[in-house]
Amino acid sequence: MLLIKNGRVVDPAQKLDAPRDVLIGDGRVIEVAPDLRARDAELVDAAGLIVAPGFLDLHVHLREPGNEHAETIESGARAAAAGGFTAICTMPNTDPVNDNAAVTQFIVETARRATVHVFPVGAISHRSQGERLAEIGSMRRAGVVAVSDDGRPVMNSRLMRSAMEYSLAHGIPVMEHCEDLALSAAGQMHEGVVSARLGLRGISGASEDVMVARNILLAADSGAHLHVTHLTTARSLEMVRQARARGVRVTCDVTPHHFTLTDEDLVNYDTNYKMKPPLRSVADVAALLAGLADGTVDAIATDHAPHPGSEKMQEFELAPFGIIGLETALALALERLCHSGRTSLSRLVELLSANPARILGFKDRGTLAPGAVGNVTIFSTDRQWKYDLNQSFSRSRNSPFDGREFRGGPEITIVAGRIAWRRS
Amino acid sequence: MKKGLLGIEALTTEEIQAILDRARHYKPLERSGQKLDRLRGKTIIHLFYENSTRTRTSFELAARRLGADTLSITAQASSVQKGESLLDTLNTLVAMHPDAIVMRHSASGAPHFLARYLETSIINAGDGTHEHPTQALLDAFTILEYKPALEGLKVAIIGDIAHSRVARSNLLLLSKFGAQVVLCGPPPLVPPELARLSPRVSLSYDVDEAIRGADVIMMLRVQLERQNEPYFPSAQEYFRFYGLRLDHMRLAREDAIVMHPGPINRGREITSEVADFPRSVILNQVANGVAVRMAVLDLLLGPDQPPPPIQ
Repeated sequence: MLLIKNGRVVDPAQKLDAPRDVLIGDGRVIEVAPDLRARDAELVDAAGLIVAPGFLDLHVHLREPGNEHAETIESGARAAAAGGFTAICTMPNTDPVNDNAAVTQFIVETARRATVHVFPVGAISHRSQGERLAEIGSMRRAGVVAVSDDGRPVMNSRLMRSAMEYSLAHGIPVMEHCEDLALSAAGQMHEGVVSARLGLRGISGASEDVMVARNILLAADSGAHLHVTHLTTARSLEMVRQARARGVRVTCDVTPHHFTLTDEDLVNYDTNYKMKPPLRSVADVAALLAGLADGTVDAIATDHAPHPGSEKMQEFELAPFGIIGLETALALALERLCHSGRTSLSRLVELLSANPARILGFKDRGTLAPGAVGNVTIFSTDRQWKYDLNQSFSRSRNSPFDGREFRGGPEITIVAGRIAWRRS
Repeated sequence: MKKGLLGIEALTTEEIQAILDRARHYKPLERSGQKLDRLRGKTIIHLFYENSTRTRTSFELAARRLGADTLSITAQASSVQKGESLLDTLNTLVAMHPDAIVMRHSASGAPHFLARYLETSIINAGDGTHEHPTQALLDAFTILEYKPALEGLKVAIIGDIAHSRVARSNLLLLSKFGAQVVLCGPPPLVPPELARLSPRVSLSYDVDEAIRGADVIMMLRVQLERQNEPYFPSAQEYFRFYGLRLDHMRLAREDAIVMHPGPINRGREITSEVADFPRSVILNQVANGVAVRMAVLDLLLGPDQPPPPIQ
């Protein structure tokens, strides 16, 4: 048993924000109450800290199988734990692609030894080639929690319609990276003044918006649950807001880098600022922050995308898209949402824990209600620290946040009642 | 210019003026072919990842006239073929202690990326669709042979603006000096954002409008490959709407000059009549390239005291 004492428990699912102790046994929450005592329990002192239901990241790339030099399930899980995440969803664009139950089973088996819970996301189409459906039903049985052709979005609208109908029947969301590949072809960064000045081909906001629009229309017709991942534009956000008001089952997440940085931060062709979707305009970032505050944005997800230095240390247009993000997500969210006064701590926990669990249909995650999985994220809101990329648990070092000063961050990560990571 | 020349963007008008003044000093050497010893003992590597006739020749001539040792590497002949990364290739070259690397690359920002990691001066001889600073300098130098000042001039740049490093460097330089720049071409090839770089830059999709009252008409090469992307319907339609013909010249000022960074495609973006007409300064641009590049190399690598007068 594990007893977390003296902390401030923030559990929006129970509308709870108060000093409480948390008792966990057999991997599940037993009780949350003031002044708990338990003989034989391991004690965790959370004085001065926030005790929240474990964070769940909907969007992570672990690179295993196939690109273990960039990240493994084990190394990515350790980075997740160090970032306060107790569970992560791993995207299917591995080598081979997770488009069948055998690959799903491999991930599930390997992840048993990982320090956090790992949920595979299956591909929508065979090899994510966008031509025919992957074996979604079999993957569902083997453990996938959603389907996505992340990075190689489905261009064929008929295939997407089938994928939605099929996923609806299997009770999982379609999590889509929305990008019209013809509109964004050869694009390197957000299309705007900065791209014009740097002579880099632009990726227009419209290349995202037209696919968000299409997918919302298909979700409306099929009744499927569409989850728009790493949404970045003001217009896409507005479409999600309106669709939801009409009763369409659409949710979305936003990454910390997209609500923190803009295209104007890309100077000197630094490839640590190259990702897809690209860093957008100041106006887009303002809209995302408003959406995070007003509830339109459901979740924060990292799109943790490890790439080895050898691949990022290249000409901008040759370098791969993506940055790592597990270890800086909470600190960036605190900085941009809570310290700035935009949202409450309770809303932050909703974005990182309660809502991601709800999106995936987990009743026993994202809360510290008795019986829930004993995953807990304990974090500070005021400790001053500096991100040192060289200390990262990830196998890759592609982050624009090296050396950034933060206030508040992860302290102790508890997975199924055991301490998975503790700040040293 | 402390270290290298990556682009026009970072230069002040004073720095640009110093280059133009030094180029004027070296211009008389164009005919005499006299060699100086300003850069004796200096080694300059010319590293070209893209084909180039005039820029590379011009840089090499400039370096040799100043007495530098030069060597030239083209991508085909280097270890690029063996899969070596750009940074590794450059590190290898830097280990041989050159004083400067003149570099052309198809990727925007390639020299800027290298400059972050290398001590050696890098001179950008064209990076992707970003900048081509020495071209803009030699264009300004050429304009000033015909016009008293850049300030107040109307310069029409016509063609594939979006993919043109020449257009970017020129609009930056000309607007810094107070010239009005009109960018003109098929709409998909004229990014509206470029007009937001300076209040002196405007856009037009109508050649007549762009040329009307212009002091300088700068034509850009149109690459046939662009036909395979939806930028314009056909080479014929391109020429019909954006090709420069002799009758256009009536709209410009009567002393207007016609420029082109080359290589020119006769009949594709410019008629032979215009390319060869008296106020076409296309070959002067080529000739001035050497003096301007001498000036850049001299200011970057040469001794602090100014050069003695040229006999």
